[in-house]
Amino acid sequence: MPARGVSATSGQVSPRLEQFQTKDVKPSMTSNATRPPRADGLPRPSDGLTGTPHDPTDGGYFGDFGGRWLPEALVGVVDEVAEAFAKARHDPEFLDELDRLAETYGGRPSPVTDAERLTALVGGARILLKREDLNHTGSHKINNVLGQALLTKRMGKTRVIAETGAGQHGVATATACALLGLECVIYMGRVDTERQALNVARMRLLGATVVAVDSGSATLKDAINEAFRDWVTNASTTYYLFGTAAGPHPFPMMVRDFQRIIGLEARQQVLDLTGRLPSAVVACVGGGSNAIGAFHAFLDDADVRLVGMEAGGDGIATGRHASTISAGSVGVLHGARSFMMQDEDGQVIESHSISAGLDYPGVGPEHSHLAAIGRAEFRSITDTEAMDALALLSRTEGIIPAIESAHAVAGAVVLAKEIGPEGIVLINVSGRGDKDMETAMEWFQLNGDGPGTVTTSTSATGNTTSKES
Amino acid sequence: MSGLSELFAATRAQNRAALIGYLPAGYPTLAGSADMFNALIDSGCDLVEVGVPYSDPVMDGPVIQAAAETARAGGFRLTDLFGIVEKISAKGGKAVLMSYYNPIMAYGADAFARDLAAAGGLGVITPDLIVDEAGDWLAATEAHGIDPIFLVAPSSPTERISRTVEHTRGFLYAASTMGVTGARDQVSSLAPDLVARCRELTDLPIGVGLGVRTGAQAAEIAAFADGVIVGSAFVSAVTEGEKQARALAEELAAGVRGTVPAIS
Ligand SMILES: Cc1ncc(COP(=O)(O)O)c(C=O)c1O
Repeated sequence: MPARGVSATSGQVSPRLEQFQTKDVKPSMTSNATRPPRADGLPRPSDGLTGTPHDPTDGGYFGDFGGRWLPEALVGVVDEVAEAFAKARHDPEFLDELDRLAETYGGRPSPVTDAERLTALVGGARILLKREDLNHTGSHKINNVLGQALLTKRMGKTRVIAETGAGQHGVATATACALLGLECVIYMGRVDTERQALNVARMRLLGATVVAVDSGSATLKDAINEAFRDWVTNASTTYYLFGTAAGPHPFPMMVRDFQRIIGLEARQQVLDLTGRLPSAVVACVGGGSNAIGAFHAFLDDADVRLVGMEAGGDGIATGRHASTISAGSVGVLHGARSFMMQDEDGQVIESHSISAGLDYPGVGPEHSHLAAIGRAEFRSITDTEAMDALALLSRTEGIIPAIESAHAVAGAVVLAKEIGPEGIVLINVSGRGDKDMETAMEWFQLNGDGPGTVTTSTSATGNTTSKES
Repeated sequence: MSGLSELFAATRAQNRAALIGYLPAGYPTLAGSADMFNALIDSGCDLVEVGVPYSDPVMDGPVIQAAAETARAGGFRLTDLFGIVEKISAKGGKAVLMSYYNPIMAYGADAFARDLAAAGGLGVITPDLIVDEAGDWLAATEAHGIDPIFLVAPSSPTERISRTVEHTRGFLYAASTMGVTGARDQVSSLAPDLVARCRELTDLPIGVGLGVRTGAQAAEIAAFADGVIVGSAFVSAVTEGEKQARALAEELAAGVRGTVPAIS
């Protein structure tokens, strides 16, 4: 993508930004949305749907990764989704409605916060926070959900199913279904319903049916299996609103495109704030939707490092983790060829993470591709490192992040030290931590009489965090 | 002529359908698995499908999921497959495998086809592999003389059925309903139509599966298909015991010969 200083209508580049134009900039692929540009010059979600030089092949491949590894019975519905999305992404009516809902309902744009106290404490690169935690329903998930729920309506489907791990995607889906009058069934692993009880209650309040899944490891991967079983049975009436940038083509591309707004906005916000691009963009990686959304606008900015933080659980060496790219191998899972956690026999290994949203043994194919070609780096963050970072961000900036996002914070703090004070590190804070308070209360023993045992842990800013990276 | 072509030529000559029985490998126990397949063949199955117990079986309902989990908990490993198939073919029985694709990929497509051929296996049904992605697998099966068996579904348009039958050998697997495995009370009305659409495009034998549990249902399907595939009902019967499994095989074997009263 060209620098966002290019205004869609005039093609003028603001002089301040000229230096950031890459040499081979192609003409801006402008969206067909009809609304005039925003006064602040920030892009809109529709600008994420224009197509990019990094789109997959017709068969859904990003390099060697992706494709459609699914039962024949699902090819028909998946084709239907692909066709509907191909039309919708150029339809002004769809794009305008997406932009309108994103602004007036979802709360876009989300701000970039200058994390001055955290920066000072860490003593490395300047740390900036992209605040997806401020979106309606509390995470980046709503960006994707509004897009796909509008698509569901266009396709004339009346019933929506979705999987959820942390419950954030489930809550966002239940929310959009309430807004648009769609029936909603959410599949969630039994283990996750227990550790994210608050989100189960939210979904039910919003009118969704929550089905607890007991099969397999009773976590996110099993919820996805169950959703696929439902879809193959109810294909004609039902839309499977997939929550991350994984699954069979076109989901990895479509979900990415609905999330691209994160990076498109952030790129310009960082330029506006600092006059330059960040040295690194950091995001947590579960299936990979917030990370690919944050990374994508920077793919052609060769000097911007893209760093994904995977869940390290008890540490990769213990085998109890969810670091799919860092410690997995290539296989096919949930519709795509990608990195995954599997044993010698190709049986999927159960992942482990304190964070339900990252507790997944697969990853989206575009991340596997970016890792394979060396454009993105992936590191592993343990439960302890993430929880330290959760406390750290809470106490330095007054922001309680989701445990998922705390993995990004933990990794970014180390990276900021590595990069040093000349640099800028942009962290995508994918969600807020309200849903995780029970886990935090237990972890930090916050329910006693005392003030809790949280210390403003310097360990999260010190050397201990690098033990897994 | 492959072993499967011979089998269907024979059943067609007898003017009946073949009975195809499925169980997960290693069920009910690893040690007793081959004997159970042989019991099914003894009691009337023309062909057995040896299922690969998999951690993430998206096309299976609760009965087969649970049996696969039992088999895995009982210590099933991928290499056990070939021993089981060998014990079936040693007694003159015919076996194909049914496997999700990731275990095949992990083992290596070529090595998998090679080892299955050496054990006397005839083909592999791959429920989550579409021909569009099957390049490596087709090369491997071709090299080792194994029949690749693909599925078609009621939702498959003509164009996809043509593409699928072009690469299918042995027999074509027609999923009778939109849905996962599991015994059902009624034969889906979608099955006859799907089989008729396939017949216009191929001379391959066509096996119909998903949901069959009684002799009467088997007879109904045998009227328009070349093979009747029974999975969950056999798993449930085996859970009760070998006697029940044998009795079911006998009932179904009568069904595929059209000799069962239309009520059960
Ligand atoms: C706040 C938050 N961040 C991140 C994730 C991980 O998903 P993804 O990798 O698709 O962004 C989740 C998933 O539930 C989440 O709730």
